[in-house]
Formats: sequence, C-alpha cells, structure tokens
Amino acid sequence: MRKAENKWGRRALIAISMAFVLLMLITPLLVVLFEAFSSGLALYWRAVSDKYTLLAAKLTLTATFAAVLLNTAFGLAAAWAITRFSFRGKGLLTTFIDIPFAVSPVIAGLVFILTFGRLSPLHSFLDSYGLKIVFATPGIILATVFVTFPFVAREIIPVLEARGTDEEQAAALMGAGFFTIFRRVTFPHIRWALLYSVILCTARAMGEFGAVSVVSGHLRGKTNTLPLHVEILYNEYQFTAAFAVSSLLAAAAVIILIVRNIVEFTARKEGDGNVR
Amino acid sequence: MASASKRIIPGFGLSFGLTLAYLGLIVIIPMSFIAIKSSGLGWSAFWDTVLDPRILAGYRVSFSSALIAALINSVFGLILAWALTRYRFPGRRVIDALIELPFALPTAVAGIALTSLYSDKGWIGKELAVFGLKVAYTELGIIVALTFITIPFVVRSVQPVLEQLDGVYEEAGRILGASPGRIFLRIIFPEITPALLTGFGLAFARALGEYGSVIFIAGNMPFKTEIAPLLIMSKLEQFNYAEATAVALVMLVASFIIMFAINCIQARAAAFVKE
Repeated sequence: MRKAENKWGRRALIAISMAFVLLMLITPLLVVLFEAFSSGLALYWRAVSDKYTLLAAKLTLTATFAAVLLNTAFGLAAAWAITRFSFRGKGLLTTFIDIPFAVSPVIAGLVFILTFGRLSPLHSFLDSYGLKIVFATPGIILATVFVTFPFVAREIIPVLEARGTDEEQAAALMGAGFFTIFRRVTFPHIRWALLYSVILCTARAMGEFGAVSVVSGHLRGKTNTLPLHVEILYNEYQFTAAFAVSSLLAAAAVIILIVRNIVEFTARKEGDGNVR
Repeated sequence: MASASKRIIPGFGLSFGLTLAYLGLIVIIPMSFIAIKSSGLGWSAFWDTVLDPRILAGYRVSFSSALIAALINSVFGLILAWALTRYRFPGRRVIDALIELPFALPTAVAGIALTSLYSDKGWIGKELAVFGLKVAYTELGIIVALTFITIPFVVRSVQPVLEQLDGVYEEAGRILGASPGRIFLRIIFPEITPALLTGFGLAFARALGEYGSVIFIAGNMPFKTEIAPLLIMSKLEQFNYAEATAVALVMLVASFIIMFAINCIQARAAAFVKE
C-alpha cells in the first residue's frame, strides 16, 4: 500500500518537473528558432549578416572579453587577499564585493551616468583629455564589468577557504616566491572553479541588457551590443530579424550551458567536488 | 597565527591593494554618486518624487509581481530540486543542465520569446485566450517573465542541501511508522528551510531589479504594468537625473534589506551547523 503511494508520488513529482521545464524553459528556446526561420533562410541570413548586426556582435565580444579579463584578475586578487590573510574589515570587504548582485541593472547604468556623464564633476576633467565614457564603448565596458563584478571572486573564495593555508605556508617557508606558490600550489586547486566562474561571467556579460542600455545612448553601429540590437529591431517591428539575431545569442547560451556541464562533469570525475 | 600567516605567505600588499583599488573604482566611487546626487535634490523634493502616485504604482507592480514570481519558484524549485536529487529518470541530466538557461540566455531574448509565446496569437497565449485569460501586456505577463528569470535560484540553493542530507533520520522516521508526508514535513523540511529562504530571497531581489525581460511583455501602461526600473529609465531618458536617482535610492534600500536578511539567515544556519 505505502509502496504504491510512493510510486505515484514519485511519478507525479517527475511529471510536474518535466512539465514545468518544458513549458518555462524549452518552449521559449523553440519559439526563438521558429520565429527566426519563419520567413525563410534568405531573410534569416540577411538579418544575421547585416552590417549593424556584425558591428553589434563585435562590440558585445569586446565588452565581454574585457569584463571577463578584468573580473578574473580582480577575482583572483580578492580571493587571495581575503582567504590567505586576516585583516580588519574583511567582512565589510566581502559585503562590498557582493553589492553589484543586489543592484538592479538599470541602477548600475545610472551610477555610471552620474559618475561620468555631462552633469558629473568629473566630466569637464575627462573632456579636457578628450575622453568620452558615457554613450561610448568605455561606458559599455564599465557597465558590463560592474554587473559581472562578483562572479569570479565569489566562486573562488569558498574553494580557497575550504583548503586552508597550510600548503602555501609550507611552500613559503621553503623559500618559494609569490608567483611560484600561486602557479604550483594554489592554481591546481582552483582551476576548475576558475573555469566555471569564467563561463558564468561570460554568459552574463554577453547578455547584459539593462545596464548597457542606460549607458549606450543607442547609437546604431557605434554603441549597440547584440541584445540592444535585438530591442531596436523588435521595436521597429522587424520581428523576424529580431528573432534571427536572438537565435545567435540563444545558440551562444546553449553552447555555454553545454561547456558548463562538461566542466562540471570533468571536475567531478577528477574528484574535485569544489565546483558548484 | 593570523599575523604569522600574514608574514609567511607573500603577496598581501599586491592582492589587497589591487582589490581595494578596483573595488573603489568600479563599485564604491560610482555608488557614492547616488548618495551625492539624491542629497542634492533636497528632502521635500525627494519625497515628492518618491511618493508620486505613478511611482508608487510602479513600486507596487514591481514588488507584488517579484513576490509572486519568487513564491512560484519556491514551490516548483523545491519540486525540481527534489526530483533531480532523489529520482533517476530519462531526461534528468538534460533538465539539470537546462536549469541555468535563464542565466545564460540574454534577458532581451527571453523577453521577446515570452512575448511571442503569450501574446493572443502565440502558442500558449492562443490556448489561454479561449478561457479569456490575457497574459502578455498585463501584470500576469510580468509575473511570467520574472518567474522565467528566477528559476535557477531556489533549485540551485536547495539541491546541494538535499544531496548532502543524512538519510539516517528519514530511515528512523520510516521504521517508527511515520508517513512520507510526515517525514517530509518534520524531518526534511526543517533541514532545507534556510536554503529555501535563501533561494527565495535571491529570486525576489533579482526579480525586483529585472528590466530586460519585462519591458517587452509588460506593455508598460502607466499605473498598471509599469515596473520601477522602467520608471528610472524613462526619467533618465528625460535627462531628469535627480528624480531617477531618488526612485533608484528607494529600490537600493529595499535590495539591501533583502540581501541583509539573506546574510542573517545564512549566518544563523551556519551557526546551527557548528553546534
């Protein structure tokens, strides 16, 4: 009697899970593909190979690359400082690192308008050197960096914390320098977590919309990223083109998910339970 | 011990200096401009902006739909986490891999895809229209978008806890004759409550600030389907920076309160484990 009850409960829960994932996750993906190809391959190709699409893709790649590079360097430095040493205000520092997670993307864009925009006290100073930040590529990079700021640090800190500092101390006592210790002792332990966080950071940077939208000024061919290009096409009622460009981003998202799973699987197989 | 390790392991100055400089440049200095700008607005102008009926309606829409989306995901996230850790079934790995899709899929893409699905000619909207249910361009649409965006939070918070749960107590409960429902409520649920609350809080905070996926499906009608981040955006488009900042400040305070609550829950859970 109880066995049968369990079996039905189990079936019901699996069915609910499958239905939820099918309805909420799979259909949105399918509809992007369907709409993208609904007017034929020629139109799809024209939208994807359009000059402005390519320029937007280039800017998206630039901003993503810059954000991942900067935040990886910062994440490693922050994780090293926070887990390898004790100092006053460590809790406060960790909280500050998390701030970008709590901030709406629109507000993230707003702070850079306030900091570097026309009304900012910094503006005339920057202007005298001919530096344009808001409504230009540096602003887009800054907004992307801000939004993905904590990803690497947050992933690496718990791994290093769990390992303790014994091995690094031993290496240092035996006379190893900073870069030797990092490369030979620390890095092998964090490489999977690092790779994992870089993947997440890439995904988020590539798709950022709200923050970038605020600082971009929507200059077509100049400050348009792929997600912003999707919005422009959609608002111009070029639905097929909007979905065609979307399908590129959706494909990138699916590739990222696959790579993420391979990384996680490999890390687990190597007995490194640190990932996730 | 602590000061000893500071001396032994090299690289403190470099890593600490780099961290502070970068944090200051990217986060602290820009964020402080919010405080500077809103203090320039003056007390009464600040309240006039924030208490404007249209802004208040925006806060109401944002808070209520974020809350409902987080609740929906608490229920389905718990079911998903349970099915993924406890059962083996065909497609389990694919479902597990797909949970992060809302993180990886750009929000604008999610926005137009959901709008196309739920508009009255869309695959799902067409079926719902038979029952007289309109989703796109109503508050329901906002809830759908926010639910999509926050799917991963509860699942990924609860899953590791369920994986590491010690089966001994469940076994004891079963031997003593407790029903599966009772075992879940009295043994398992208390164990996963902190993770569930954390996931709920993260989902709520994320939904509150979400912009990209919502603006397409919401229809953005004043007083009805205008979310607070959109109001900030439209003030910015009118170059009304001071009022945009005032609206943003209220949102920031709300987000920080949520994050603070999550930290408290996690600290309490950690202290409980240590005992």
